[in-house]
Amino acid sequence: MAYDKFDILTSTAVPLPIENVDTDQIIPARFLKATERVGFGDNLFRDWRYNQDNTLKEDFVLNQDKFSGKILVGGKNFGSGSSREHAAWAVYDYGFRCVVSSFFADIFRGNCLNIGVLPVQVSADFLQKIFDATEADPTTELEVNLQEQKITLLPTGESESFDINDYKKNNMLNGFDDIDYLLNIKKDIETFAENTPL
Amino acid sequence: MSATKTLFDKVWDSHVVHKIQDGPDVLFIDRHMVHEVTSPVAFLGIKNRNIPVMHPEKTFATADHNTPTINQHLPVADPLSANQLKMLEENANEHGISYWGLGHAKNGIVHVVGPEYGITQPGATIVCGDSHTSTHGAFGAIAFGIGTSEVEMVLATQCIMQPKPKRMRININGTMSKGVTPKDVALFIISQLTTSGATGYFVEYAGEIFREMSMEGRMTVCNLSIEMGARGGMIAPDEKTFEYVKDREFTPKGADWDKAMAYWETLYTDEDAIFDKELTFDGSLIEPMITYGTNPGMGMGISNDIPMANAVQGGATTYQKSLKYMDFNEGDSMMGKPIDFVFLGSCTNGRIEDFRAFASIVKGRKKADNVTAWLVPGSHKVESAIKEEGILDILTESGFQLREPGCSACLAMNDDKVPAGKLAVSTSNRNFEGRQGPGSRTLLASPLVAAAAAVTGKVTDPRELMVELV
Repeated sequence: MAYDKFDILTSTAVPLPIENVDTDQIIPARFLKATERVGFGDNLFRDWRYNQDNTLKEDFVLNQDKFSGKILVGGKNFGSGSSREHAAWAVYDYGFRCVVSSFFADIFRGNCLNIGVLPVQVSADFLQKIFDATEADPTTELEVNLQEQKITLLPTGESESFDINDYKKNNMLNGFDDIDYLLNIKKDIETFAENTPL
Repeated sequence: MSATKTLFDKVWDSHVVHKIQDGPDVLFIDRHMVHEVTSPVAFLGIKNRNIPVMHPEKTFATADHNTPTINQHLPVADPLSANQLKMLEENANEHGISYWGLGHAKNGIVHVVGPEYGITQPGATIVCGDSHTSTHGAFGAIAFGIGTSEVEMVLATQCIMQPKPKRMRININGTMSKGVTPKDVALFIISQLTTSGATGYFVEYAGEIFREMSMEGRMTVCNLSIEMGARGGMIAPDEKTFEYVKDREFTPKGADWDKAMAYWETLYTDEDAIFDKELTFDGSLIEPMITYGTNPGMGMGISNDIPMANAVQGGATTYQKSLKYMDFNEGDSMMGKPIDFVFLGSCTNGRIEDFRAFASIVKGRKKADNVTAWLVPGSHKVESAIKEEGILDILTESGFQLREPGCSACLAMNDDKVPAGKLAVSTSNRNFEGRQGPGSRTLLASPLVAAAAAVTGKVTDPRELMVELV
């Protein structure tokens, strides 16, 4: 599915300093029943955002007006658990284009890259700096520069570089997806298929 | 080329269609399984692009995540679930994909029916939009969960694009002690590695403890690979594997079998092959396990006390948040904690061997009055075996009822939801907050521990109920 190109993102951030945030928290299974990719943002972090009577949990970060932005910052091992791409859809649909953490679960990271959410892995120290800065001043802006693979805390200018392979980087810079690539090598795939043992 | 290779390398490398410089490999997929929850948007995607399914004969559809586990002959009451099931059927029919829907004799959980009908084979690449696809690694296949964008890729091109994971080997020698099952071995490994300890790796399980396990046991172990963050886990195929696979509906026959065997017999890690990481544990030290927190890494031997926050890996704040959700305290013993629900089932422990184990404990005993028990076979085939082996009689005699196959309370997408605050002992795979229903609290354990809890109404060491077996 096509998505907007990602180049430089400058935004405030929403801090969620919890480790092992799993995909069941990002979007609980009972909200996976749609047959189209619409409305998942409404249920992002559903059970942390809402009480069981659907009233808001005032202390949860998404319910605090002072925090907003297109960058979600989570604790170590963000996105562990299920393969549901709905978790990445929910993050995107809510309005985030980038998730920052010191460690990502594999499938969640891959899903994000496939739909146009940039996962940015930083050191534990830099992550803590971001948490401290945004919590002290929610208007703190971060700059995520994909071309240069660099994330910067704008008020102090402190920055760190992050990894992404050239292929995925190019995809995100241009809004390409993998299917376009695969369809272009369809002949090679057909030839390969004819020679597979199974 | 006579370079030594791991089992994982052999299977992966032989499926690479194309390598991208500083990018992922294009990996050919032999078997693709789809279910109702993660496939509709993928089918919609190829429809919007106006492209057909490239190899419909390599994709298999079954309904499991959303299905009710009682009265399956009646229309599905929840309109959203019913719609997803209808979409799966329509999509399968439209594209000529085999479809084992609700009520079909072969219906069941995707990771249970795949092996049962021989769709799962050694040396194959197998994917499904479900993280527990790692189950199929028990046969020496490379099997892992994928997202919906990748489901679309497989439908359209029979390939996905994945960076090759690093290689890890986990060696466990020794034999399983009394009361210890493959589930305990897996929960033990996860407790040692944490939920992210194998992220970035594909794991091979090696050593006596896995060699001695049945295929069902190996499936349980490989199933839980994802819970320590691994892309997948696999076990080299052996005589036990070939024996299991032989003569199933979708396995090769005659000359094709011989040809397949010639390939399968090459599927082992060469003696000098190098792993990026190697871990070794002593299997005789593993106890029946139970979890006490909100991720599968928060597990311990059932007779231990809940660790203090300063003694665990990771942040104390997250740890304490987890215990607060569970309503437990650091230093608590789990033994004797009253429980409300027992769930036997799921792609982790919903096979015949799991029902045999459960029955071995409840036989001659009665279900505790305070316990609601959901016993959900992984497939109709498992259900039939439960009846044929007389296990149903034992369960009925002890006050239990058998439900119909499906994922059920493992992820509570259907009506099988544990109510808020209630404590469940579950043989499934995740104890995340609200996993079994909003506000539910889950203790992951083996079928033996689940059975001991079901008849005593509290967390109980199953070894106490196995004295006659000494």
